Amino acid sequence: MSDKEMRNAQKDESMIIQKEMIAEHYKRLERAPETKEPVVYTFVPGNLTELIRSFGCLPVLPEINALQSGMRGKSREYIAEAEKRGHSEDVCTYVKCDIGMAMAGNIGPTGTKLPKPDLLLLSYTGCYTFMKWFELLREEYDCPCVFLHVPYQGEGEIEPEHREYMVKQIKDEVIPALEKISGNKYDEEALKERLRLSVQAEDDLVWVLQSAMQKPSPIDAYFGAVYYVGPIFSAFRGTEEGVNYYKALRREVQGRLDAGLGPVAPKGPMAEEKYRIVVEGPPNWTHFREFWQMFADEGAVVVASTYSKVGGTYDFGFRHNPDDPLGTMGDYCAGCYTNHNLPGRIDMLCQYLKDYEADGFLINSVKSCNSFSAGQLMMLREVEKRTGLPGGFIESDLVDPRYFSAANIKNRLESYFQMVEARRSSSAQKGMSA
Amino acid sequence: MTPSPRAQIVDWATEIYEDLEFTVVREWLDAQPGRKAAGFLPVYAPKEVIHAAGMLPVGIHGNGAIEIIRGDAYYQSYICHLPRSVVELAESNRLDFLSAALFPSTCDVIRNLSGMWQIMFPDMYVRYMHLPQVADPVLGAQFWQRELNVIREGLGQVAGTTVGDDQLRASIGIYNEVREVIGQLYALRSKQPWKVPTEELYLLMRAGEVVAPEVFMDQARAYLAAAENSDERIKDRTRVIIVGSFCEQPPLGLIKTIERAGCYIVDDDFLAGNRFMTKAVPTAGDPAANLATTFTSSAVKTSVLYEPDPKGKKSLMQERAAAARADGIIFCAASFCDPALLDRPMLREGAEAAGIPCIAFKFAENSGQFQQFREQAGTFSDSIKLWGDAS
Ligand code: SF4
Ligand code: SF4
Repeated sequence: MSDKEMRNAQKDESMIIQKEMIAEHYKRLERAPETKEPVVYTFVPGNLTELIRSFGCLPVLPEINALQSGMRGKSREYIAEAEKRGHSEDVCTYVKCDIGMAMAGNIGPTGTKLPKPDLLLLSYTGCYTFMKWFELLREEYDCPCVFLHVPYQGEGEIEPEHREYMVKQIKDEVIPALEKISGNKYDEEALKERLRLSVQAEDDLVWVLQSAMQKPSPIDAYFGAVYYVGPIFSAFRGTEEGVNYYKALRREVQGRLDAGLGPVAPKGPMAEEKYRIVVEGPPNWTHFREFWQMFADEGAVVVASTYSKVGGTYDFGFRHNPDDPLGTMGDYCAGCYTNHNLPGRIDMLCQYLKDYEADGFLINSVKSCNSFSAGQLMMLREVEKRTGLPGGFIESDLVDPRYFSAANIKNRLESYFQMVEARRSSSAQKGMSA
Repeated sequence: MTPSPRAQIVDWATEIYEDLEFTVVREWLDAQPGRKAAGFLPVYAPKEVIHAAGMLPVGIHGNGAIEIIRGDAYYQSYICHLPRSVVELAESNRLDFLSAALFPSTCDVIRNLSGMWQIMFPDMYVRYMHLPQVADPVLGAQFWQRELNVIREGLGQVAGTTVGDDQLRASIGIYNEVREVIGQLYALRSKQPWKVPTEELYLLMRAGEVVAPEVFMDQARAYLAAAENSDERIKDRTRVIIVGSFCEQPPLGLIKTIERAGCYIVDDDFLAGNRFMTKAVPTAGDPAANLATTFTSSAVKTSVLYEPDPKGKKSLMQERAAAARADGIIFCAASFCDPALLDRPMLREGAEAAGIPCIAFKFAENSGQFQQFREQAGTFSDSIKLWGDAS
């Protein structure tokens, strides 16, 4: 087998596994009304997948459906439908896309019909809009909703009383709600077993993400990482399939590292790693590949991103602890990226710039998301001030194609990389004259 | 001619409202050495705790009149206006009298502003306040009681004192009186809105956000007495509720416009924090526990708290319209305001299903043109009158 064939075979392995896992999951979801497997809708940040699964329930993540609708070119019509029904143009487009999708028959990303939820598990983690989203869905589906209040890390840490508060809610509210819809009793041993599986996948994911510390980085830790975090952020944490996927992915990345290869961008492998960049903020989904290619065309590889931490900040050491199943779920929820305060987010960016030896950072500020976006201009200035590295600011949206101006973004990126280049040459000159 | 006592009160409140320098706060601070002030952002903050620490609670509600020079550098165009005027006030040193700032869990903009504040004012006591959101009132109260005690301790340290139970009880007593007089004013306006123009009521409430509660109560009681005795005659106007302006405040011109377009505002959620708890807080027993249980048992239904009742959103407008005997609802939200705008479809659907006429518009605190609002509110009012006549 040639090098190339081997690379393709390896690449295909993890992608094929992921594709199959997802297809199978959506098939199960489609059959759920007949098989009577209960369906729980919940959010990516603060998802309690292991717990949900330990009751034999199937999770559905509406944000993932919305982003997939964006990628499949469906979001425009869904959003328009929701706006026609009185939803404001000013609010998060994920919500409108999801509501529009439900109105259009609830056909999920793989083309199969999504079942109605038996329970809405409103894990109120890091985003105000979540609360309204599920209040809205509750009206749509007329089903029970259980609320888990996850306190924000306003002081930059998880306060012990806040942890206790979360544990109490999981015990007294969430577990009884899951028992009720599933007819199964809470089984702590089964949960622990799932948490053990989570740890394995988490270890491998962190290894993959941190492989970007190498030069050249074998992965793109923003655009590429979106695929890598998919299983662990959605339905597959705490499952054998999840563990297998991350093992395969790790093998594949190890192969690229050994061969000294960079990431594969939409138009093929990147020839050169010209710039190492850290990115803050979610990507745009309606023009995802075009957006990624703009970076690739400049020779820019994203070596670390905050978006890939919205479903957990594992690279800062957190792992689920099977010995303390409920407490660890509280820690997990409170530790998700958007539940960190602004100074914490700034620290994280500075840390990434240092650890990944990046040339600069970019903020993609999305119109939809106050949770991410409010305060990003200050983050830009603070990170620049603290690291001396150049920051860039671009604006788009998640799934509303009206807010993606390709020409504008391309211009901004080009100017930004020119600035990075200029800084580089001036520091090189300084180095020579010193 | 000397203005009437009522006009004097309105002038007093207007002066405070228009003063971008917070002179009344500065005068209060200067009146006695060692005095301190704690700011709070909308919507709800436990003023009792601030007061019990001997500090002046100061509502930071932004300001549409201030010229934004630095604030825009902090916020993208798709974020509401309030935080930019707040940052402008802060960056221009107009809030330099604050020793502490509390940021309630109203929305992600205010949440993130708490972190910005920590960076801008590293020496200030800054606390993000998690209002209890859970359906279980016992658990919610336990949680909130602990939060209140953390704030109590933190503010005590800022003030250089320990906030004892007796002090907190005394402050609760004072704010029970404040709530009572505000309740009376709102009730009078609802009953006889021609006697209490919302423009005046609003100015008075706004002054109440920055002056000491004792000062506010004197003025509010005097205003109430004067309004009760007013011989103003009822006019043919439509009774409306304004919904959605609980955080960023509409410009005064917008409130005036709605009234002059033929509406009596008989209920609203302007400065909703001062009416957040609908019951008096017991003064005997553990004061923090009392504040917490009163919150979880009587907090007003609003966009900033989770609604555990699945029918709650749908029925809320009907309940409010019935309580205020309103003919219609004007949804009046700040542009880009997530809480108000995400709630609106649910609230409006419920209102319309109950046959309550509604219109909706958006404003920014610095909106200066009111023509479109005048036309919309005027047409709305006329159509309700016609409709009412026809039925
Ligand atoms: S506001 Fe942001 S975090 Fe919240 S649902 Fe929308 S995109 Fe997600
Ligand atoms: S106006 Fe709305 S979005 Fe803006 S800070 Fe207030 S509640 Fe938040």
